[in-house]
Amino acid sequence: MAAYKLSINSKDYNIEADPQMPLLWVIRELVGLTGTKYGCGIAQCGACTVQLNGNPVRSCSLPVSMVTNQPITTIEGLSSDNSHPIQKAWIAEQVSQCGYCQSGQIMTAAALLKRTPNPTDADINNAMQGHICRCGTYPRIRKAIKTAARLANQ
Amino acid sequence: MGSTGSNTNMSRRNFIRQTGLTGMALTLGIALPGCGNNKEGIVNVSQGNGAGAGTELMSWISVDQSGKVYIMNHRSEMGQGTSQAIPQMIAEELEVTLDQVSVRSAAANSKKFGPHAPDGSYSVRGWYKQLLLVGASARQMLITAAAARWKVPVTECYAKAGEVIHRPSGKKLGYGALVEEAAKLQPPQNVVLKDRKDYTVIGKPMPRLDAPLKSNGTAIFGLDKKLPGMLYALVERSPRFWGKVRSFDDSASMAIAGVKRVFKVRRPVFGAWYEGVAVVADTLWGAMQARKALKVVWDDDGFEHLDSDKLRARMLEDIKRPGVAKKFEAAFAKAVKKLEAVYETPYQSHSCMEPLNCIADVRDESIEIWGPIQEAVSIQEDLSERMKMPAANISVNMTFLGGGFGRKTIPDYPYEAVMISKEMKAPVQVVWTREDDMTLGPFRTGSAFACRGGLDAHGNISAFQAITASQPFGEGTDKDNNPGPASDNNGNFGGLLHGYLQSIPHYSFGWCTVKSPIPTIWWRAPNAHSESFAGESFIDELAYAAGKDPLEFRKAHLPDTRYQALIDRLETVSGWKERGRNQGWGVAITQCFGSTVGHIVKVSKRPDGKIKIEKVIAVIDCGWYVNPDIIRAQVEGAIVMGLGAAIKHETHFKDGMAVEKNFDTYQMPRIHETPDIEVYIMDNDEAAGGVGEPGLPPFAPALCNAIFDLTGKRIRRLPFNLEEV
Repeated sequence: MAAYKLSINSKDYNIEADPQMPLLWVIRELVGLTGTKYGCGIAQCGACTVQLNGNPVRSCSLPVSMVTNQPITTIEGLSSDNSHPIQKAWIAEQVSQCGYCQSGQIMTAAALLKRTPNPTDADINNAMQGHICRCGTYPRIRKAIKTAARLANQ
Repeated sequence: MGSTGSNTNMSRRNFIRQTGLTGMALTLGIALPGCGNNKEGIVNVSQGNGAGAGTELMSWISVDQSGKVYIMNHRSEMGQGTSQAIPQMIAEELEVTLDQVSVRSAAANSKKFGPHAPDGSYSVRGWYKQLLLVGASARQMLITAAAARWKVPVTECYAKAGEVIHRPSGKKLGYGALVEEAAKLQPPQNVVLKDRKDYTVIGKPMPRLDAPLKSNGTAIFGLDKKLPGMLYALVERSPRFWGKVRSFDDSASMAIAGVKRVFKVRRPVFGAWYEGVAVVADTLWGAMQARKALKVVWDDDGFEHLDSDKLRARMLEDIKRPGVAKKFEAAFAKAVKKLEAVYETPYQSHSCMEPLNCIADVRDESIEIWGPIQEAVSIQEDLSERMKMPAANISVNMTFLGGGFGRKTIPDYPYEAVMISKEMKAPVQVVWTREDDMTLGPFRTGSAFACRGGLDAHGNISAFQAITASQPFGEGTDKDNNPGPASDNNGNFGGLLHGYLQSIPHYSFGWCTVKSPIPTIWWRAPNAHSESFAGESFIDELAYAAGKDPLEFRKAHLPDTRYQALIDRLETVSGWKERGRNQGWGVAITQCFGSTVGHIVKVSKRPDGKIKIEKVIAVIDCGWYVNPDIIRAQVEGAIVMGLGAAIKHETHFKDGMAVEKNFDTYQMPRIHETPDIEVYIMDNDEAAGGVGEPGLPPFAPALCNAIFDLTGKRIRRLPFNLEEV
């Protein structure tokens, strides 16, 4: 066990954890933010995606010891009132079915839009293909990212 | 059967507790026939107006003094949109807007809320008539209360957007102000339901009420639920399904901080007991580390350690075993043209994005369950029987489900959690890792199909037979089956359009259950998911053998006007007649859970010669429907799941164990592999059909039929690698 100071959603958290404990479980079990999901544990499905320094990362495969003193954003930090363009677009296009994978999808999509304000289909494919949605909402995810780009440019 | 007044009061109290209602409210329920009720119909169970003794209710809605409407959603929400469809139906007849409606997930109580799912895709088609009636009854009572207060005729009043309005004077009263008086009224006997043309909510693409929760991380799934003082458990389960615990060494596990106990536990999978060793700790991370450190020796003697190759060979023998169907054989012998083909489909896991998990809190006199659960009532009943506890003392609470697809219906994982909580005398959350979830089953069964068909001189089907070898739902068997003869002009085949059975003079079906220790269970669109691949591929083969257009061939065999309308729509929206020579087009149409769905898949050759899926066009006929956008979403999703099932994944078995353990080897379709999808919905007033499942079965045969159209290559075994066609 070791002490870590984490910056999550612009708030500081002092936690005690096994250095090998993945950020996912730190966020969910020690910090208590459950919007970030466990899907596979081996960085294959993307359900656990959070932003580290603004970049999407797989929190299930990142030991907590590697992420201290770097800003972490989870789905809860994107906005709690669904005011982020990606969240607005996700609702407008009615993307979610079961919804379990969508926190991760949204975090990657938000990072994509920041980097590429008007993503092409190829940009979307490249950014989003690390994510699995078992409900098969991919056509709507594509549509929502384009809608979000429009909303953000307004 | 039968019950006392106090039971009824108890039901109402529970309802009020679950809705979080305080104060006065108008609460209506539905009394179903056959539950020991004095009468069936809508019953007023508001405070001070208790329904008579002997009434068991399905409680549905409550309007409180602020005018807010509470609906108990007794159906699990796993993405299919019941938490949306049910409020939409109530809102329409109650004349409220959706933002005045709040939905609560109902805890299991088969008497109060009705059985959860006697069949698949049942939420709308099973209950829509009662739901419309209860909304309309409440509306009528509120109007009656307003008319009485104003001392005006009821006929001068109407309801809109949560208010009763007096037409001549323009006076208005909100529902909340009328609740107290309405609660004293008896539900009306003859309620007139709205005409479909007057609907403002039903049939409209209203946004889902759960969409905001699923866009900001606040939706609570099973894994997100926490109880005070809750412990965590992981279970090391026998990787060979029938294996028993011979011994285990927990010394390294117990040395890990926070680990409380390690003990043997078992769970019922259909008729069998599957064994494992539970590791319980005060943190999830602790339990995970402790399970890694655990050493278990399994007793794997006395049952077969099966490999996929051997299982496949067995199935290919088993399709030859059902006995002769004499009339079919005679007709087949007379056919002008004869065709035979064997099709195969794989074992697959459900692999819901949320792995299995369950919280149990077992007390001396009660059990409370929380989790992603599809079938709360059957789990409650199962636990009641196994734990020898009245069902009334067992609450099964459904969280949001991160997918279900049939896996989250059986009581194995709740029972296991109950056993662990009982042992620990504390609430316990049992967490399955992805590897646990993917390797331990029950799985969708693999299948082999032997199809034979004959054409008459006009190129019409004169004889059609499909013999199946597959596993029945269950824990597996080490007994060889002795199948009877194949049927002669009776029975059916999963997903096959019923219309074919009217136009084909001689048909025959047979089934040989396969010996295998692998546990199997329903999976989205049971039976049709695999049988349709054989059925609609073989119909296509017969069409080509007859030298006919595949869509026209189907139409000629389906004289019923409802099928004809669907086929016409498919033809129009796809531009079937104008299709280009350099593209492959395939069609498949299947029917299950009261709905018929047709797919047209368009494929082309990429410059590198490989196949590209250009587009999927789907037409669904689900009769009367509630929310067209949810229907489109369900069909889109079913097509993507069907794509995965057709070209991406298969669970193999080696030495009696599942080989694919996680998404690195069990590949899923991803965004860049998903074709354009267009979904069209037929408009008619036929009985409501299912929506969650029927969109899946046509995809695989339509895709393979398209590939045949383009390349002349017939694919008869799933999954196949699209890159290697």
